Amino acid sequence: MQPDHPLNDLLRKDRIPHIWCSGCGIGTIFSACLNAIKASEIDLSKVVMVSGIGCSGRGAGYINVDSFHTTHGRAIPFATGMKLANPSLHVIVFSGDGDLFAIGGNHFIHAARRNIELTVICVNNLNYGMTGGQAAATTPNRAKTTTTPLGNPESPFNLPLLAYASGATYVARWTMLHTRDLTNSIKEALQKKGFSFIEALCPCPVNYGRRNKLRPLDVFKAYQQKSIVKNGANPIEIDADSDKGIIVGKFIDTERPTYTEMYNKIYRSKG
Amino acid sequence: MEFWRKPLDADDIHITRGNVYVLDDRCKGCGYCIEFCPQKVLKASKGFNKKGYHYPEILKPKDCLNCHYCEIICPDFAIYSIAQVVAEKGSKNEVNK
Amino acid sequence: MKGRVRTGAHYWTGDIACAEGALAAGCMFFGGYPITPATEIAEHMSERLPEVLGTFIQMEDEIAAMAAILGASWAGAKSMTATSGPGFSLMMENLGLGICTETPCVVVNVQRPGPSTGLPTLGAQGDMMQARWGSHGHYEIIAMSPCSPQETFYQTIEAFNLSEIYRVPVLIMTDEIVGHMSEKVIVPDAKDIVILNRPKPKGKKENFKPYAAGRNGIPPMPSAGEGYNVHITGLTHDERGYPVMTPEAQVEMVQRIVDKIRNNCHDIIKTESHLLEDADIVVVSYGISSRTSLSAVYEARKCGIKAGLLRLITVWPFPCEEIRALAKRVKGFVTVEINLGQIHLEVERCSEGKAPAILVGHPGGTIITPDDVLKVLKEAF
Repeated sequence: MQPDHPLNDLLRKDRIPHIWCSGCGIGTIFSACLNAIKASEIDLSKVVMVSGIGCSGRGAGYINVDSFHTTHGRAIPFATGMKLANPSLHVIVFSGDGDLFAIGGNHFIHAARRNIELTVICVNNLNYGMTGGQAAATTPNRAKTTTTPLGNPESPFNLPLLAYASGATYVARWTMLHTRDLTNSIKEALQKKGFSFIEALCPCPVNYGRRNKLRPLDVFKAYQQKSIVKNGANPIEIDADSDKGIIVGKFIDTERPTYTEMYNKIYRSKG
Repeated sequence: MEFWRKPLDADDIHITRGNVYVLDDRCKGCGYCIEFCPQKVLKASKGFNKKGYHYPEILKPKDCLNCHYCEIICPDFAIYSIAQVVAEKGSKNEVNK
Repeated sequence: MKGRVRTGAHYWTGDIACAEGALAAGCMFFGGYPITPATEIAEHMSERLPEVLGTFIQMEDEIAAMAAILGASWAGAKSMTATSGPGFSLMMENLGLGICTETPCVVVNVQRPGPSTGLPTLGAQGDMMQARWGSHGHYEIIAMSPCSPQETFYQTIEAFNLSEIYRVPVLIMTDEIVGHMSEKVIVPDAKDIVILNRPKPKGKKENFKPYAAGRNGIPPMPSAGEGYNVHITGLTHDERGYPVMTPEAQVEMVQRIVDKIRNNCHDIIKTESHLLEDADIVVVSYGISSRTSLSAVYEARKCGIKAGLLRLITVWPFPCEEIRALAKRVKGFVTVEINLGQIHLEVERCSEGKAPAILVGHPGGTIITPDDVLKVLKEAF
């Protein structure tokens, strides 16, 4: 008899196959996340996944733990309320670049500043996939999307730099090809207290790739040829430019008191 | 596996072996497992699965080294490998991890 | 260290009474954002919640505040936020998430005149229709409207109880005048305060269906971390909580969350009658306006006018049947509210043309005085 897929117990099997397109990297990053949860040996009944809206926002719907699919951009404040009301929960926010950094950008920087104990995983596919491939806050300059038909006049965020500047205590970036490093980073982040942020780059073959003449295997070739692992690199110097090079690695791993720790110390120590 | 020079400890090195399993109907035919398998164990099927995709077929089952890369690169939870139980030189059975 | 219930007589503003009512009701989480004239509620909660081992957080905006109280509620805490017009507008999106996912929580709107920034330090009742229809899609909601600090205290407790047992966000639609007025507030013994809690699931946790409702239409609610492995989404979902993108699933879900309020209207709706038995002119009012209206009704009686007052304690769901019944026997209705006709539209609708309805309204910034109402009572019918 054929043995079960090793992640079957963490999947809502009745919802598989998922909605992600053929060749979309979200599934791989999601799989890395599930493997990391397993490897962390955290009590699964205390693991919660919160997602926003968008392709990656569907992540919460496929994990067989308590999972919340919230509104567009609001996964982080929802998760903040949940974590503060029950600090014994391990709250993972799994969402996309548009959700976390355009509509939800304000929430992201404030949760990082407060050092709320959340593990935020951002699937960065450089565009809004769910709505058909519009420009995002991460779309490279001059890239073509349905709302930048002649090329993107804007410049993208450097997400690890934004996370670092906002106060995140763990910051890493990997591509979906670095799946073992990615899994390891997520595991480390889960076992660490404080706000942690992991950016995972992946292709969106149907919407972004098609308009920019990037087949997924071409993207992978670029990941293989242009990725430079620089653990501990200064986030100000980490390009994610397929011409110059894609700097990946664990950039920040530091400690500072979390919101809950400070709140307990200042407000609850008298009792 | 071919070597340009036989390693001195080749006889002591234990080569892991795995069995690859494919869940045909979960596959969306991206071909990543086929592309990235270091042993070229897989090839695309001629036939279609329920959703009309060419899923991976196992071309050379004996060559799988149980590296799990197909399993972790697959976006669709459709392929995985399980360690083979191998009899060691002695009597004890050993499971590759 | 002070307890949850501060039994005794106090001289409190409506805002403080609201915060103390929340604590008495068992509130454990407050997510807020400063806004006049609701700020005092957040300030008071920031001081008092840690004393009862609760958590206060000032979020980055009202969108986040509303999201945070939903998350806290799913973590098992009774939760609340307080705001005013502009912040209430920002909360509408996640209020919808709370309705769709059936999340108990309490949202206080200390109303000030709008549109936009309006008159931040003055009173109004202009958000009543926003309370009813502000979030997109069709739903039913519960909204209360206290007329004094004492009533704010009790209504806040009631709001928590209703939100817990019906699994719906409950709105407290107070206003700047009640929020900032200081009056005597009597807080009873803790044992005399009724506290109701959300229905909890019993039985096995495997394959638990978070939206399988019993006959009353209200499903039991587990908290995150209890091992039920629930999936909760703002997409249209089935009993398992899984998204289902069909009109049939939409009918089943929306009809149930509407019916669980409609079918329990008789238990939810609370009104107060003053001199209605023989009245032939009925003043309909709520919140601060109902206090000046009552004064006008007594004055009118002195002048021989048979006026009475129907005071709405819960504004939504609207007491349609009471208005319908009165319309059959009275000369007319006078709606008194600090807007240019919102609840007035409901009075007109429910009187079904059987009795005329007149509005005594004002766009906000001041109360409607007893004289304003009396003048209409004398001249109108």
